[in-house]
Amino acid sequence: MSPTDIILLLDSSVRFAVPLMLAALAGLYSERSGIVDIGLEGKMLGGAFAAAATAAVTGSVWLGLAAAMGVSVVMSMIHALASINFRGNQIISGVALNFLAAGFTVFLGHAWFRRGGTTPNLRPDERFSNIELPFAAEIGQVPIVGEIYQQLLSGHSIIVYFAFLMVPVTAFVLYRTRFGLRLRAVGENPKALDTAGISVALLRYRALVVTGLLCGVAGAFLSTAQGANFSENMTSGRGFIALAALIFAKWRPWQAMWTCLLFGVLSASQIRLQGVEFPMIGEVPVQAIQALPYILTVVLLAGFIGRANPPKAIGQPYIKER
Amino acid sequence: MSARQPLPNWVTIVLMPALNVLLAFIIGGLAVAIIGENPLTAMWALFYGAFGTGMGWGFTLHYATNFIFTGLAVAIVFKAGMFNIGGEGQAYVAGLGAIMVALWLDQTHWVFVLFGSTIAAMMMGSLWAIIPAWLQAKRGSHIVITTIMFNFIASAFMSYMLAQVITAPGANAETRTIAEQGRLPLLSDWFDAFQYSPLNITFFFGIAALIFTYVLIWRTKLGYKIRTLGANPEAARYAGISAVYVIIISMAIAGAMAGLMAVNEAVGVQKRLVVGYVHGFGFVGIAVAFMGRSHPVGIALAALLFGALYQGGQELAFELPAVPSDLVVVIQALVILFTGAMGEMFRPLLERIFARRVNPAPEAPTTAETEA
Amino acid sequence: MVEHQTTNAQQPSQAAGSEFAIDLKRVSKAFGPVQANKDIDLAVKRNSIHGIVGENGAGKSTLMSILYGFYTADSGEIWVNGQLVKIKDSSHALELGIGMVHQHFMLVENFTVLENIILGAEGEYLLASSMAKAREELTRLATDYGLNVDPDALIEDLSVGQEQRVEILKALYRGADVLILDEPTGVLTPTEADQLFRILEQLRDEGKTIILITHKLREIMAVTDTVSVMRQGEMVGTLATKDTSPEQLAELMVGRRVLLRVDKTPAEPKDVVLDVKGLSVTDDIGVPRVKDVSFNVRAGEIVGIAGVAGNGQSDLLRAISGMEAPLLGEIRVNGELVRFHGDDSASDARKMGVAHVPEDRLKMGLVTAFEEWENSILGYHESEKYGTGMFLSPKMAIAEAEKRIEMFDIRPRNPRLKTANFSGGNQQKIVLAREMDRDLDVLIVGQPTRGVDIGAIEFIHKHIIELRDKGIAVLLVSVELDEIRALSDRVLVMFDGEIVTELSPDASEREFGLSMAGVDPKEGA
Repeated sequence: MSPTDIILLLDSSVRFAVPLMLAALAGLYSERSGIVDIGLEGKMLGGAFAAAATAAVTGSVWLGLAAAMGVSVVMSMIHALASINFRGNQIISGVALNFLAAGFTVFLGHAWFRRGGTTPNLRPDERFSNIELPFAAEIGQVPIVGEIYQQLLSGHSIIVYFAFLMVPVTAFVLYRTRFGLRLRAVGENPKALDTAGISVALLRYRALVVTGLLCGVAGAFLSTAQGANFSENMTSGRGFIALAALIFAKWRPWQAMWTCLLFGVLSASQIRLQGVEFPMIGEVPVQAIQALPYILTVVLLAGFIGRANPPKAIGQPYIKER
Repeated sequence: MSARQPLPNWVTIVLMPALNVLLAFIIGGLAVAIIGENPLTAMWALFYGAFGTGMGWGFTLHYATNFIFTGLAVAIVFKAGMFNIGGEGQAYVAGLGAIMVALWLDQTHWVFVLFGSTIAAMMMGSLWAIIPAWLQAKRGSHIVITTIMFNFIASAFMSYMLAQVITAPGANAETRTIAEQGRLPLLSDWFDAFQYSPLNITFFFGIAALIFTYVLIWRTKLGYKIRTLGANPEAARYAGISAVYVIIISMAIAGAMAGLMAVNEAVGVQKRLVVGYVHGFGFVGIAVAFMGRSHPVGIALAALLFGALYQGGQELAFELPAVPSDLVVVIQALVILFTGAMGEMFRPLLERIFARRVNPAPEAPTTAETEA
Repeated sequence: MVEHQTTNAQQPSQAAGSEFAIDLKRVSKAFGPVQANKDIDLAVKRNSIHGIVGENGAGKSTLMSILYGFYTADSGEIWVNGQLVKIKDSSHALELGIGMVHQHFMLVENFTVLENIILGAEGEYLLASSMAKAREELTRLATDYGLNVDPDALIEDLSVGQEQRVEILKALYRGADVLILDEPTGVLTPTEADQLFRILEQLRDEGKTIILITHKLREIMAVTDTVSVMRQGEMVGTLATKDTSPEQLAELMVGRRVLLRVDKTPAEPKDVVLDVKGLSVTDDIGVPRVKDVSFNVRAGEIVGIAGVAGNGQSDLLRAISGMEAPLLGEIRVNGELVRFHGDDSASDARKMGVAHVPEDRLKMGLVTAFEEWENSILGYHESEKYGTGMFLSPKMAIAEAEKRIEMFDIRPRNPRLKTANFSGGNQQKIVLAREMDRDLDVLIVGQPTRGVDIGAIEFIHKHIIELRDKGIAVLLVSVELDEIRALSDRVLVMFDGEIVTELSPDASEREFGLSMAGVDPKEGA
């Protein structure tokens, strides 16, 4: 591979990684607060549909983004209601939300647009367009450094830059702010927070709002930035890969970014590796590369490469009395 | 905690789930109303489609059989205190074993196909369940996450197998079809009432699996160990019950149960293996187990409900083309949400209603005392 | 619930003086059918150490949780510094200057001391400045009250005594004037406890008010100014500590004079049955808990292990019963080696004749969700007595359970009742009946009477003695020194994982006290 090939590969890796990053950071807020979220997938899907449908109807991609965030937050609040107020099983709730999104998006898509579950194609001005950084074309003439600037850094939609901005923001919030301190505490020992006079429920609600917002952005990215419409089950497991990435990153923001980028590289190279003969191994099936993120996560969880210790209180409803 | 009055058993076991299911249907109805159709017509089409005809019953019971298997796969492990989200992948991989044996024996007699593919399916399902079980028991990796990951690994593995290894000549990602003499008998061969429904002999395996599970959990020493570990792991250790053993064995049984779905669906009905044949049934099994409170009787009823939803949904799409059949997925999701994750929603209300009727005596003196 | 209407009239006169930091009037709280607190009156003078004593389950913790806003009282009034208040939650309690040091520490294990201290009282949104401020404040508190802890240490690296200081610092940092300590010495060594008392006295002298909840009379006598006694949810008396005696308090606590004296004849020890040599045990994170312990128990004798909770007794029991693998050393029963080969080794120990009444029946000895009969076979479930081969026969097991219910007078006499619905004493009897009613050579018993009512205590003690007289080797572990002395024929004292000395049950209080604190009585001052 030439340097240009590598840069192009990395560029498409970034595109694959962005929704994962947003969803993984979304999951970080929820899981750090002690609430398991296997419903990232559903929230992204709901967001993707809301964004595409709203953008198609109103012609405004920003309204689409707002709708995506709204829908995703509502779903997150359902999860909060089940997990916090009814002390229900968080895994069941996540499974239900995934089904709910799968069902509702196609049901409403069918009924509203009558295109077999997809939404109408968006015109370029109804989508997030790519932003060219200053002098991208000119600097791009410089070999390697210039190409990196033009191909890799420039020419992405605003959501891509937002996603990368959210990593330091999340790290800052988590480690440098009051909210972050409490968030980390509530996932470890909610009772410590409760006895300090802080409402566990309210804090978890706030965390889940953030989770909803970020999942909504991730969904909007899929249908209005990367794609130009919504199609049935368009998240196709990305929410679960994001969850895997979050675990792989041991629930830390920077590591989550790197893991998502790694998984992005895996996805991007799938296409390129098709039919490529490797010395000694021969041809590697695409499916093996598809499965790799999951296999890596299993291996990590099994403690063969380090240990992934989840927040201690995760998955347990907090019962204040007794 | 505000005094939690014990509710009568029938209220918690029957009324509460019934109210939850009702609420799911009401919201599903609202969704129909939103798209401008008549909810009652849609619900009737759903109901009639599932139970109105012999054929409807046949389909309903056929789907229910799948859900019994995937539901039990969750329930048995749940009794051991763990969560098996891997039914989907276990059933998928089991399909490989089932179809390969079926295709190998399909020139003989359906009896060989039935038993051969059953054993193979159970073994493959078990195998796919034992790995996460072992990782949980020995390495402490969280079984929920591992089984989710294994679903995706199964999916990648199976699409490779179907696309590259056991593909029928000329076909795209599916196996060849089972030969005529190797096909499992349909119940409609014996009972005309079931008409063209796919309900087949595996249905009886479903009934047997329910009975087996009841005996296993409540009438064997292994079941006792499973329940002890599930209710109090520390007590299990104290009692000399090996958690490693119980986790692995209960997952093995669960995987075998999930695997049986392959016999019913792939061997019995589709007569070949196609990509993604499990179609979310493994996930619905989670809802079935939860709604059925991990008890065989409850699971049978919950499986019937979800079977009816699936079948009714197909008919609905036929009868009312304006109402997308995905309504069923919506209702299903709501049923999972309300019975599974928000099961206690109606408790405060019911406690207010029943506590007074059931137990009026102790209330009176307390009030008197406060006023004194 | 309805407020008391009558009490309002008599308030103003009381409020004016407000020599009391805390004044509770007719506070009641019920949990379902259980009346945890009934018409409690409690007045705590400012600048004093006020003790509250009572047995387990007397309602002390509930009362304090009400004061701290963790529970809401069903009825009654709370006056803080002469003001009638309704404490909504713990943050409200903190605003009122009431801080609590819980029995189980409310600390985030993977946080630093500083992070734990500011948690919930951070002030500004960004942590940097509040951390700096807290660090300063911490230095001040440390010098004022002698509460030294490294602010940057992780909680998981601290000793229990240090964690407790962090809890106290947390409360002080929040400006608590009234400090409630719930059973603070349960996990401390006597030395650490004494240090705590010095800190408490210093706090009082600096103007704080302390409420000390405990069931240990020694502590009440050592440190309090005033003492209130609770019994079965009611307040039975408040006395000045200097005017009372442990005997009087004990009598108030239990309602009638109980002398813990068990009738028994001198033991006639025979051969060694349980032989422990050079045993060392570490916990899951590799901390040594039992260090090179050797002792034996002969047939027909009771060997008691005395010591403050947390000095390795639990780990010793777990190793002997086959629940935990020893790091070094060996355990023999009738000369046969007890091997640990996996997480089901407890069943092997049982087969060798080791019966085990665990320290914590709810955590270990019982499955509360099970019916009584199911618990009466726990650990022995593989026996053919309860079903042929792989099958379990509820019928056969219930028949056995009924027999034991009769023998041990377990009430209610219903083997189909959920175990959670039995009282603590009866639950303990279920465990004892299961472990005693069979062929056994060694009985190891941990905390046999913890949380058990007095009637059942006598019954349980009698059965343990009977077993000894039948020629069983009994190893008894209890943190209740009285119990150890009343039952044992020989006493071993454990401190910091080691057996520091062997004493006769008739040895003096002083000897026991010193050796439990890790001081050799022969050398000790």
